[in-house]
Amino acid sequence: MLDFPRWKTIGISIILLLGILFSIPTFLPSKTFESLPGIAQIKVNLGLDLAGGSHLLLEADVADLQKTQLANMEKTVRTAMRGERGPDDDIGIGELSTAGGKISFLVREQRQLDAARDRLFNETGGAGIATGQRDWRIDVVDTTRIVMTPTAAGQTQAIKNAMDTAREIIDKRVNALGTREPTIIRQGDDRIVVQVPGLQDPQQLKDLIGKTARLEFRMVDANADPAEVAAGRVPVGSEIVPYAEGANAGGAPYEVLRRQVMISGEQLLDAKQGYDQQSGQPVVNIRFDSGGSATFAKVTAQNVGKRFAMVLDGRVLSAPSINEPILGGSAQISGSFSVASANNLAISLRSGALPVKMTVVEERTVTPELGADSIRKGALAGIIATVAVLVFMIVVYGRFGIYANVALMFNIFLIIAIMAAFNATLTLPGIAGFVLTIGAAVDANVLINERIREELHRGRRVFQAVELGYSEASRAIFDANITNVIAAALMFWFGTGPIKGFAVVLTIGIITSVFTAVTVTRMFAAGWLHKTRPASLNI
Amino acid sequence: MRLLKLVPDDTNIHFLKWRNVAMAISFLMIVASIALVAVRGLNFGVDFVGGQSVRVEFAQAMPPIDEIREKVDAIGLGEATIQQFGSDKAVSIRTALPDGGKGAADAAGKQLVAGIQKAFPTAKTGSVETVSGKVSGELLRTGLLSLGLAMIAISIYIWIRFEWQFGIGALFALFHDIALTFGFFALTQLQFDLNIVAALLTIIGYSLNDTIVVFDRIRENLKKYRKMEIIPLLDLSINETLARTVMTSFTMLIALAVLLWVGPDVIFGFTAAMLLGIFIGTYSSVYMSAPILVWLKVGPDSFVPRTSAVNEGAERVARKDDDGAVV
Repeated sequence: MLDFPRWKTIGISIILLLGILFSIPTFLPSKTFESLPGIAQIKVNLGLDLAGGSHLLLEADVADLQKTQLANMEKTVRTAMRGERGPDDDIGIGELSTAGGKISFLVREQRQLDAARDRLFNETGGAGIATGQRDWRIDVVDTTRIVMTPTAAGQTQAIKNAMDTAREIIDKRVNALGTREPTIIRQGDDRIVVQVPGLQDPQQLKDLIGKTARLEFRMVDANADPAEVAAGRVPVGSEIVPYAEGANAGGAPYEVLRRQVMISGEQLLDAKQGYDQQSGQPVVNIRFDSGGSATFAKVTAQNVGKRFAMVLDGRVLSAPSINEPILGGSAQISGSFSVASANNLAISLRSGALPVKMTVVEERTVTPELGADSIRKGALAGIIATVAVLVFMIVVYGRFGIYANVALMFNIFLIIAIMAAFNATLTLPGIAGFVLTIGAAVDANVLINERIREELHRGRRVFQAVELGYSEASRAIFDANITNVIAAALMFWFGTGPIKGFAVVLTIGIITSVFTAVTVTRMFAAGWLHKTRPASLNI
Repeated sequence: MRLLKLVPDDTNIHFLKWRNVAMAISFLMIVASIALVAVRGLNFGVDFVGGQSVRVEFAQAMPPIDEIREKVDAIGLGEATIQQFGSDKAVSIRTALPDGGKGAADAAGKQLVAGIQKAFPTAKTGSVETVSGKVSGELLRTGLLSLGLAMIAISIYIWIRFEWQFGIGALFALFHDIALTFGFFALTQLQFDLNIVAALLTIIGYSLNDTIVVFDRIRENLKKYRKMEIIPLLDLSINETLARTVMTSFTMLIALAVLLWVGPDVIFGFTAAMLLGIFIGTYSSVYMSAPILVWLKVGPDSFVPRTSAVNEGAERVARKDDDGAVV
């Protein structure tokens, strides 16, 4: 146990040196740090509770997603039955309903039933290659009625796809805010975590993320009879859509719009915040892609003198009259915008519509001042605790206490170095874990040194006592640390943000402390024993 | 230089003589803790009950709690829970989850912050947290689950490394530690949040640290002194490891006491829980896990490898009843 071949000593020294080297960048002021070459730019990240910032947990409205899916499929059915080769190709259907989360309709002519089913088969895809299942089940009941039911596999796949898209879109939107290093990750089946360091007021962030930004251009139904509408009855193919908050002040709180969408947000090429030339109000200027421009030109040419509506997330923003055909493919969205909200809308439109509505279910914001205060106090506690433990170890164990202390210092550097190398995040409980590790790290040395004392007391000679001290204590040290790792692993699995940070520090601290407290101190002890060959030992 | 010895050499304290008394006390403490939790309840933070929590820092001296309560109640979000941290300038103000789902929670959070800023213009809001009912329910479930799993996983590990009696002893010790910590939180009404679960897991880890060191020595002595009665053997093992137990607990106490004293007050409860855990954990390693070994009849045979028993038979002091059974 006390023989240290040269390669081992060199190996240990290299590890310790690397530990110090890797931990240095963390302590440098940020200016100096940024001037380092890229390879040396490794440091411990600070969690939101230390750096300050906002943490949002968003949850997808799955019911809303299923509703949208159902509506889309309804549209698909209508289109599919219309046929590609003119009126002869149409399949007559009736009683189309979406009640109970299913699509159900009658095929008027029974001979067309198989053709109808074939077309639907083409329109509904597989829910994933691996499962081999379809995303909709198509049944025929009462010989002429077709019932389409979404399958579980299809639903799961749809949610997954929607969440992937939602994550990307939120990523784009948050990045457009220009804050530094936001984290946007998926959590579980239907959640997304958004963390933005340094952000003090999460309101703008929430407004931005919360927007579905489903933009539609639809015609106003001029034939609707106001009296009928007031009673809640609207012409077939139209619906009542409310105005957005603050829009159309003084006018009717809603418009009757055709259900059919002329142009949707997907056909946008660009969206920018600007100002209205007459009123100076903030507006959003949009530009359509070629397909969108063509449709917009055609529809506006056919409907001069009528009104169309811009609908965002099911709310009418404005419903201007078409004075002349709009051919350039540009339009202006006006509403009661502030500069910030117009900018938010522009960002949302640019990044595309969220496929599913997201709501904030958890929100935590810490100001940078509180975070900085926590760091200061935590660091102070760490330093005082370290000094106290160092002094105490020397008073109790003398020379072997000094060895333990040197090992403890190395341990501190190693923890920081490993955290920096793995880009781990230090949180407030993490600091507590760090301080606790300082107290606990010397435990291994206490075990060893007490064992050495004991063996000396039993009359063993110095060499043998030290040797036995290390070998006999190692077993208990190993078992005791495993239990801590088990506890830390469970914390990591079940915990959220800050607690995960605590578990990380604890685990790293346990591993490095075994290395420094056992291996490194043994190297020192062995070196000293071989050099001086002491007859007695003051421990 | 004469070195300090916290524990003199050759202590010979008859720890186990008091095992029945200690057990009775422990049992009473556990019952009292459970009763406290049942009667007073835990002061759950927003992590576990949902709602809004705002940390308010006052520039000068803090107004009396009653005044704060009065003004916060006037905001109209129901009764507020006001908790003072370690420092005398900051409080956490918490209101319950409003009815009416997610949008309402968001609005209530805003309303609370605005109301506080209006009532105390010089105060700063250091952190704002809102947690919905669904999320808080999940956090509570996973928190309790992780505690249970940690206790079971560690006990299984000890069963594998030692013997089943040791595993049960460890499980009892852990249950004791966790129950008493819960009791402490029910008694003091310190806020019980996610951080406390982390503290509890840490206590589980470190309490076992002590237990294992004692167990390891018991195992060693069981192999070494086959003739010795179990009670003196346990006493011997505890005495032999006493210096280490005291030393380690002491260094951890130093670190945690410093953290409690100058550390961030945001984690005051977290640190307090761990500090208490070190005391309870040390006690339980001696008085919970070891006596259980007596009752579960751990004997010298617990660690005798069956095949080598025959070879060593000559050296062994024959035991009347089961020596013949060893193959």
